[in-house]
Amino acid sequence: MSENNGKIKKMMIILSKATLENVYAAFVLANGARMEGIEAEMFCTFFGLEAIHKKKMEHLHVATVGNPAMHIPTMIGGLPGMESLATYMMKKEMDKVDMPGVGEFLEILVASGVKIWACKLAMDMFHYEKDDLIEDVSDVITVGDFYHKSQGEGVHMLFI
Amino acid sequence: MEKTIAGKTITVNEEGYLTNFSQWDRSVAEELAKEAELTLTPRHWDVIAYLQDEHKKDSPLSIRKVGKSGVVDIKEFYALFPNAPLKTATKIAGIPKPASCI
Repeated sequence: MSENNGKIKKMMIILSKATLENVYAAFVLANGARMEGIEAEMFCTFFGLEAIHKKKMEHLHVATVGNPAMHIPTMIGGLPGMESLATYMMKKEMDKVDMPGVGEFLEILVASGVKIWACKLAMDMFHYEKDDLIEDVSDVITVGDFYHKSQGEGVHMLFI
Repeated sequence: MEKTIAGKTITVNEEGYLTNFSQWDRSVAEELAKEAELTLTPRHWDVIAYLQDEHKKDSPLSIRKVGKSGVVDIKEFYALFPNAPLKTATKIAGIPKPASCI
């Protein structure tokens, strides 16, 4: 903690999941960093790419299976429509606490100075083109590029 | 605690936010801005007036809300107050620090 007096200068957030709760966790942390005067960048890889995919980003769901905190029996959570229902209910609650939708949240992040990167390997694997992603994505980069961007004092990395 | 600024004695909390808005005036704001290494322009004053208005209405402040205010967009808000805009701008405006995560 002696480095830079423990001060956090930049958050490098890796988003690898597309479940709504994980995407929002990454967004809130990135935005919260900017609000405190901390720089923030987000690297979307694997399913995390869905959060910046034009056609998919507004259709993210909460996970009703394999998520004990939902307090729904797994067999019921697996029934058709359960994910949509749980997502609908969660979005209603999010609205009450003034949480924006995925698209609007991304606009807020970009306006706040958050840089967004997409993972090249995952892009190739899912056969995505850069045009499939929102225009605010700075670039498609390799993991090595991401590490280079993460160099410096007071930089913290977070995997979601 | 007490603090002397712009020839006035003001009461602030441990984070430097005014605890009594009646002690605020433009010269106090200018001094607080200087502490934040800012020089206030007419655009800063527009934002300050908006924040004070919202506070008077007891309406909770967030970055999203400021962005939708029609007074300033989020990009300009960050350009005007580059380091922690909501925290800095409310401090200069003499109102409490918003307890907002968004």
